[in-house]
Amino acid sequence: MIRTPLRPLARILDARRKGENPDAIERENLRIRHEQMRDKARSRAEGRLLMMAVMFFCAFGVVGARMGTLAASEPEEPRAQSTGASIIASRADIVDRQGRILATNMETYSLYAHPQQMVDPLRTAQELVKIFPELSEERLRKDFTGKRKFMWVRKKLSPEQKQQVHDIGEPGLLFGPREMRLYPNGAVASHVLGGASFGREGVHSAEVIGTAGIEKYFDAQLRDPAREGAPLELSLDLTIQAATERVLLGGMKLMNAKGAASVLMDVHTGEVIAIASLPDFDPNDRPRPLTQGEAADSPLFNRAVQGVYELGSTFKIFTSAQALELGLVHPETVIDTSGPMKVGGFRIGEFGNKNYGPLSVSDIIVKSSNRGTGRLALAIGSTRQQEFLSSLGFFEPTPLEIVEAEGGKPLLPTRWQELSSVTISYGHGLSSSPLHLAAGYAAIANGGYKVEPTLLKQAGPKLGPRVMSERVARQSLDMLRKVVTEGTASFGEVPGYSVGGKTGTADKPKARGGGYYKDKVINTFASVFPTNDPKYVLIVTLDEPVETSGTEPRRTAGWTAVPVAAEMIRRIAPLLGLRPEVETRHLEQIINTSN
Amino acid sequence: MRSLLYVLTFLTVIGAAFWAYHENYKTQAALGEAQTVRANIADARARLSVLKAEWAYLNRPDRLRDLAEVNFERLGLMPLEPDQFGRVDQIAYPRPPELPITDPIELSSAGAEEQEP
Repeated sequence: MIRTPLRPLARILDARRKGENPDAIERENLRIRHEQMRDKARSRAEGRLLMMAVMFFCAFGVVGARMGTLAASEPEEPRAQSTGASIIASRADIVDRQGRILATNMETYSLYAHPQQMVDPLRTAQELVKIFPELSEERLRKDFTGKRKFMWVRKKLSPEQKQQVHDIGEPGLLFGPREMRLYPNGAVASHVLGGASFGREGVHSAEVIGTAGIEKYFDAQLRDPAREGAPLELSLDLTIQAATERVLLGGMKLMNAKGAASVLMDVHTGEVIAIASLPDFDPNDRPRPLTQGEAADSPLFNRAVQGVYELGSTFKIFTSAQALELGLVHPETVIDTSGPMKVGGFRIGEFGNKNYGPLSVSDIIVKSSNRGTGRLALAIGSTRQQEFLSSLGFFEPTPLEIVEAEGGKPLLPTRWQELSSVTISYGHGLSSSPLHLAAGYAAIANGGYKVEPTLLKQAGPKLGPRVMSERVARQSLDMLRKVVTEGTASFGEVPGYSVGGKTGTADKPKARGGGYYKDKVINTFASVFPTNDPKYVLIVTLDEPVETSGTEPRRTAGWTAVPVAAEMIRRIAPLLGLRPEVETRHLEQIINTSN
Repeated sequence: MRSLLYVLTFLTVIGAAFWAYHENYKTQAALGEAQTVRANIADARARLSVLKAEWAYLNRPDRLRDLAEVNFERLGLMPLEPDQFGRVDQIAYPRPPELPITDPIELSSAGAEEQEP
């Protein structure tokens, strides 16, 4: 480019000649040059702006396009991933304490239909009904010939059924892979496991969500892919659970009970080894909740955890233990249990209107005297009694890891008067679940520490705060042992295992209030074994049992719950690895005699 | 000198391109192989879970109990009872094997008279 000089000599000379100011020419030229420079800078800036705009457009376009493809495409595992461990997306298994499977997953298929792709909808409907008799042909025909473009036919297919559907040869019938939850042991531990169902469903997969029990309680953890399929280890033992349920079912039938529950718990760790509630159900095919009648009559109802009952005389040991703990009495202190005894205008009577007269504290437990424990409760006072029962966990629902545990909230008296104090001392007026009772007895059995029942396998003892001294726990255990050897639970003796326990017979309160049934009872036997070195507590509860082998029907726990519990201990103690021991009696003194 | 440099650069570019081409194909092949292996692992895992489920199903306590009852005559299986516990010293150990006879003596009772009692 040729640069125009600011003062072109020819024009300057010409201007000088004409007498004009040559500076005007310079100014003029300078102006033109500045204009040119400005135009140039402007076009350059415009070019740059355009460039920038194009670049931004491209950048955002790429981001947008990528987001679009990510949103619209099917998810896919990264191919060049270096971690090796691929994602395990299936729900974690649930296993028992020995690693035996309680719940696992199975691959199966769901069946759906695209009616618009069907060749012969009518025949298809006919054939499908032949395979699945529960489908209605009428309905299928209507759906297949109607306007619908998509419909589910069945959520789960067995491999045989899938083959049969395949054999129809209809292109409008399609299969979607499904992961389904399988409980291979059927009804064993059904109340703990609960059940699972499908959540959000798509053609290619469906969410499996827990609907009850531990499946629901640990739903998020079980579904967490970060677990990498590590199974959830429970404290239950499958063999013992199955044996427990078997014995309990037999006992329930023999004793004509309408329901039964049992809890077997390790006294040091709080691990629940077996927990059963009858009637039960198959979690693979979980029944629907009852829409009418009492929820407690449904097989879904967990009597061991949700059922709160007045557990009767089994509570007496807590009263005596507290009286011993406070130093009010000694096991041999004699208390007058003769009547009449009136508290708050209410007469306290004994079972069968007996009168035991003066009894030692130990004998009050052995003979199960209501008035005896009532007098102890009066001496303890209601505030201290509440504190003690609360420290044993009788005021809160149990912390068991199933969703139903929240529902087992104990029923407490609204106002804890003297009368409540006395009735609660022998187990009336306070309703709690068998699991609560198991936790309470565990505290006595393990030497006075509170334990919290758990369903998860523990590595070692989990003792909570101390609730009674070791001496009191030992004395209470001796009393429980005496109940079996010489008291109300004489059927509880199992050769080789020194069983201690306390019976409880409570009248069932009427559902609509207004007193108690005369001929409906809840029988409970709370036992500890072996008493010389307690390891387990076993609670057996029978709902409305009646023993009819005698001349008149018997409804006391000693005749119903105790034999069932004894048979259970005989069956499960060897499975627990407990060696039977011949009880060694202390020989007082051997006297050499000779004639 | 300059042209030699150009030729060398050109050759290097060709060589690098060839190498990159090969590496690309090798990577693709490795990725494909990894995918196959991963698919196999997934299949094996699925099979394993089915087998585990089946094992658990076949070993369910109800079935084992029924089988033990059905085959009672043959197997005589009973539930574990307390009296089946024993002590180690109650177990009869197998007798030690008799020492080999190294120097046998021929004996015969042929011709011996039967003794009257």
